[in-house]
Amino acid sequence: MSDTATSAVDIKAQSRGQNLRFYGIWVIAAIVLIVLPMIFSSGGSLTSFSLIGISIIFALSYNILLGQTGLLSFGHAVHYGLGGFLAIHAMNAVIARGWSIPLPLIPLVGGVGGLAIAIVVGWVITKRAGTVFAMISLGIGELVASSSLILRSVFGGESGVTTNRTDLPQVFGWNFGPQIQIYYLIAFWLMISAIAMYALTRTPLGRICNAVRDNPERVEFIGYDPHVVRYLAYCFAGFFAGIAGGLSAINFEIANSAYLGAVQSGIVLFATFIGGTAYFFGPILGAILVTYLQLGLTSVTTVWQLYFGVIFIGIVMFAPGGIAGLLMMHRPLVRAGSLGLMIPAYLIALVPTVALACGVILAIEIIARQHLPADAQIINLLGIPFSATSPATWLTSVILIVGGYFVARLTWQRIADAWDRATTIARDRGYLA
Amino acid sequence: MSAAIEVQAVEKRFGNVRIIQDLNLSVAKGERHAVIGPNGAGKSTTFNLISGHIAPTSGEIRLNGEVISGLRPFEINRRGLSRSFQVTNVFARMTVWENVRCAVLWATGHRYAFWKNVDELPEVRRRTAEILEDIHLFHRRDIPAGLLTYAEQRELEIGITIAGGADVILLDEPTAGMSHAETERAVALIRRLTEGRTLVIVEHDMSVVFGLADRISVLVYGRVIASGTPEEIRGNPKVKEAYLGEEAH
Repeated sequence: MSDTATSAVDIKAQSRGQNLRFYGIWVIAAIVLIVLPMIFSSGGSLTSFSLIGISIIFALSYNILLGQTGLLSFGHAVHYGLGGFLAIHAMNAVIARGWSIPLPLIPLVGGVGGLAIAIVVGWVITKRAGTVFAMISLGIGELVASSSLILRSVFGGESGVTTNRTDLPQVFGWNFGPQIQIYYLIAFWLMISAIAMYALTRTPLGRICNAVRDNPERVEFIGYDPHVVRYLAYCFAGFFAGIAGGLSAINFEIANSAYLGAVQSGIVLFATFIGGTAYFFGPILGAILVTYLQLGLTSVTTVWQLYFGVIFIGIVMFAPGGIAGLLMMHRPLVRAGSLGLMIPAYLIALVPTVALACGVILAIEIIARQHLPADAQIINLLGIPFSATSPATWLTSVILIVGGYFVARLTWQRIADAWDRATTIARDRGYLA
Repeated sequence: MSAAIEVQAVEKRFGNVRIIQDLNLSVAKGERHAVIGPNGAGKSTTFNLISGHIAPTSGEIRLNGEVISGLRPFEINRRGLSRSFQVTNVFARMTVWENVRCAVLWATGHRYAFWKNVDELPEVRRRTAEILEDIHLFHRRDIPAGLLTYAEQRELEIGITIAGGADVILLDEPTAGMSHAETERAVALIRRLTEGRTLVIVEHDMSVVFGLADRISVLVYGRVIASGTPEEIRGNPKVKEAYLGEEAH
């Protein structure tokens, strides 16, 4: 018994240490959010940061379903979109009625909107997990998206509903006209939401969500109704998605049917999965990367969705744990000090792999640009201009793909060998089970 | 005093196939009761019926005098009955610690709480640590359950089953696939952990059955053909013919 007591104390001390590190991380995150626009102060970067902030909240809310509870939703944008619409209507009502509700509280209205629809549809959707859940979420998503075009009085038809955020009551003398003020508003709600969602993972409900994800059948035999667990998780996910939607409505001063459509639902799934669902920070990485890709790729290529698809397939096939999974794989190696073995292997593999990627990009662009006018047929790759119609370009593409693939395969083997050596060392030193 | 478990005239059909017919079983409070029978006799189905995993087609099941047939598994669990599974059924991606802790949460009244820090619940932490000490897995607490050895997973399975403090425990072949030494360890564990509780156990290993059980029921073709003390069962001609006879050859 005394043995048990001391071990329980150990665990308490251990969790104290974790808490300390945990607060440290959040303080650093807050500082980064505050300082970021001071370093990158251009209008473009402020817009990007604002969008990234919104998508991080959205992706984290999606991961309550996918990563925490094991629910694959194809209709999560319903909560994001309806949150956005409710926020827009609330803003217009505040302006029209002269209520004294300041703009910073509007995202909460969005959250309530997302939560309300989750409370209504969630009970039916979460009756089953797996394929049934996925299909019903897809159906509800389509239902809401199509009714948004039919119910004009609420959704404003194809043009959507607009507002003017500067007409709301001011706080601290901020009228929230300049993007920098909107950025800080988003950063504020990002911190609040991220902390709340992280805290949720550490509650009894959060842990039972994990149990439902791993083994819903067994959960029934330890006193829990997996349906209720899924329903509660769904409501939380809907609430935070609504906050993201509300912020989006404030950011763009418009809400339209694109907010709640299948594309929006697809992108959040994409960002969450690429980032990695098994770790809390995974969706954050995914949201940052995907938003940057969306902003960056659209300006250099017309077929950016195709690259999204290729990246997604690549992650699903070769790194199902996402970016977070790839990073965390290396943690035991860092602790054991054997990461050094991997670095040369990675660097050597980088060269042919990049060559292979360039070949694929060339091939895609050649095909995509055939019908374009002559000046758009110049493919600018790593600063080198290629003509889409020139046989020399086609040849380069083929050589890069074939040559790159065969050389890259050899270097990937080197990575596998180095990995074996590095993990063996980590195992010997007790950092890996 | 009413029986801990009372199964009365229960029948279970899947379509036209009758798996269980006229099943009658009574387990007294505090008794260690073994259910034996040849493969396909319906032992696991009996457990599934009692624990609510499947509902009986007809008949009645009582737990401490209260009708539980037709209730969902979690409702039955909340009334004080907990079961283990023949095939290891743990939360594979969660650590050993979290596996046991999840099983402690409902019983300690934390239910679906989303406003409490799960690491800051002293009662939960104390009970989880106790259970882990009991099943000798405390030193493995930070390992994902899916990475445990087979015997360790079987012990964790028992740990999850008893963690909620249920007073009626159903163990479905807890020693299946274990070596002789592991079996002995597991039996000692079961004996200790179910002290003062009611235990129903399905088991193939006859040394375990006759060593552990106060009473034995023999199930053949979905029917209890005999029920009694180990001595009575040993001497029962019907049992010899249907079951032990086969074993002796």
